[in-house]
Amino acid sequence: MTAPILRVEDLHVRFSMSGGSLFGSSRHMLHAVNGVTFSLAKGECLSIVGESGCGKTTTALTILGLQQPTEGTISYRGQPFTGPNAPTRMQRAKAVQMVFQDPYASLNPRQTVRKSLSAPLRLHGITAASEIEARIEVMLKNVGLTPEQANRYPHEFSGGQRQRIGIARALILEPEIVVLDEPVSALDLSIRAQIINLLLDLKEQLSLSYLMISHDLSVVEHMSDRVLVMYFGEVVESGGWQQIFQTPAHPYTRRLIAAIPNVDDRISTPPNPKSRDLIVLKNAEFGTDTRVTPDVFRPPSQSKLIEIAEQHWVRISSV
Amino acid sequence: MTQPLLDIRNLHLGLRLGRDLHPLLNDISFQIMPGEAYGLVGESGSGKSITSLAVMGLLRKPLSVSGGEIIFKDRNLLTLPKREMRRLRGKNVAMIFQEPMTALNPLSTVGRQIAEMFILHQGKNWREARRLAVDSLARVRVPNPERRVNDYPHQMSGGLRQRVMIAIALACDPDLLIADEPTTALDVTVQAEVLKLIKDLCAERQTAVLFISHDLGVIAAVCQRVGVMYAGCLVEENSTDRLFSDPQHPYTRGLLGALPRLGGRLENGRQRLVDIDSIITDRSILTKTRCIAPRIKEGSTP
Repeated sequence: MTAPILRVEDLHVRFSMSGGSLFGSSRHMLHAVNGVTFSLAKGECLSIVGESGCGKTTTALTILGLQQPTEGTISYRGQPFTGPNAPTRMQRAKAVQMVFQDPYASLNPRQTVRKSLSAPLRLHGITAASEIEARIEVMLKNVGLTPEQANRYPHEFSGGQRQRIGIARALILEPEIVVLDEPVSALDLSIRAQIINLLLDLKEQLSLSYLMISHDLSVVEHMSDRVLVMYFGEVVESGGWQQIFQTPAHPYTRRLIAAIPNVDDRISTPPNPKSRDLIVLKNAEFGTDTRVTPDVFRPPSQSKLIEIAEQHWVRISSV
Repeated sequence: MTQPLLDIRNLHLGLRLGRDLHPLLNDISFQIMPGEAYGLVGESGSGKSITSLAVMGLLRKPLSVSGGEIIFKDRNLLTLPKREMRRLRGKNVAMIFQEPMTALNPLSTVGRQIAEMFILHQGKNWREARRLAVDSLARVRVPNPERRVNDYPHQMSGGLRQRVMIAIALACDPDLLIADEPTTALDVTVQAEVLKLIKDLCAERQTAVLFISHDLGVIAAVCQRVGVMYAGCLVEENSTDRLFSDPQHPYTRGLLGALPRLGGRLENGRQRLVDIDSIITDRSILTKTRCIAPRIKEGSTP
């Protein structure tokens, strides 16, 4: 394991929700992210899973600098990524980029592919037309498109090709970290495989680090090295992909895995049988009853993460 | 041998532009028995949704049926007068759509939208219908149905809205429920609940289901029989167990290999996913009688 290039420590994001009347306002806080800590190594794919509203996107946005953390620090290669010494947006863009969920909404319909890809290069001081051209050509080949397609507009491409353009745009500045926000969930099933294969190939080729946000656990299992399970703003379990998928400890993780409709459940002999129910701790010890929705307007109850196996952490109640 | 509830025979359907007819569905035939859950699976543009719209009689120009029969309870739905069809729709055949937010009327309460079903099809008055609406909400396990009945769709979460859709669809105890990707817009945990609800309620009342999805896992969880569609053709049909354990058609095999499966990753590395070519770009293959183009390179998995 190489040294982490990105470190997120005790990250909190709170949104103030002002509700009130003429006679004074009552302010309360929405606790979106509560004490999330993790690190990302070079060439690693870390996935954050959880249901909508659990804070996974907010966590990713703070890393991109699109959301200010209320508390906590993020550092990139030892340099602070937040606070007074934080890099500017331009500097940050060279380190972290994002691939969006919906390739139909995330490309400017009025810009040709060439324009979309050359704008970030120009903004970052590469002005020589020949170099821009060369880099676009290489990038398009990398993502499986042809250089001639650079003159086209987004509407001339299919969904899968658009997502390839989205990936090319994220990679054109050669960032080390790519945030993938549900990269395949908007795509048709026959195209998903291609994009997943492409993302894995590029990760190898360019030794990229991925931070993937997803609720599709089968994709997560296929792509990730490590997995972070979030539930209402907190990390409830984290570990290597085998630990999370083969020996899930937290009841929420187990519920999430059990909720996935699986083709193999119908086949009498699954090709790769694995035990899914290793009971490490009693349910009561987790403190959080995952069947009851926690109140996001209250500070979370006392709990802590304990290490149950090497690098396999699970949250239990500390009261 | 019981008689099928829905019998689609050699259905041809196309897009009529001027004098030309561009075929979209090619010779689709399948049957659904009373109380059976039948799944249609395939990628976007394969014709799954159009098939269901044809059953509901909701095709609009320029789409038109160019041949075949849709027999529902001994009646050919394609030749049924519009008036009769309207009476049937909602009462005998009901439908759940993918996006509950766009399918529900944002300007009226969910209670009113459920109550309409009882007024239109059972001749109840508003007072009775409202009471029945509360019962319907309770049946789809919406907590606090007496209070929720006055909510507008925007006040509900995605899962609750989909439950309301199910309540509307099942209000009049239909014989056939068409579910067009009912859980695609939902979270996994909510999806599991909604699927269980559809499964339980339909088993309880012996409602047959035509379940359309591109998620093979969802289909496997709900359906007894599955038909695989590709480019407007039904390329394979089998019982769910057989289809997934022993797929015959190369396209079905490609589909199964293209999706990462839970528990499918090996310790020492990933199996590369099978690459099915992107979308159906060549419309001309549809005009040929044999629509099964060898799009998948067999043995392309390393």
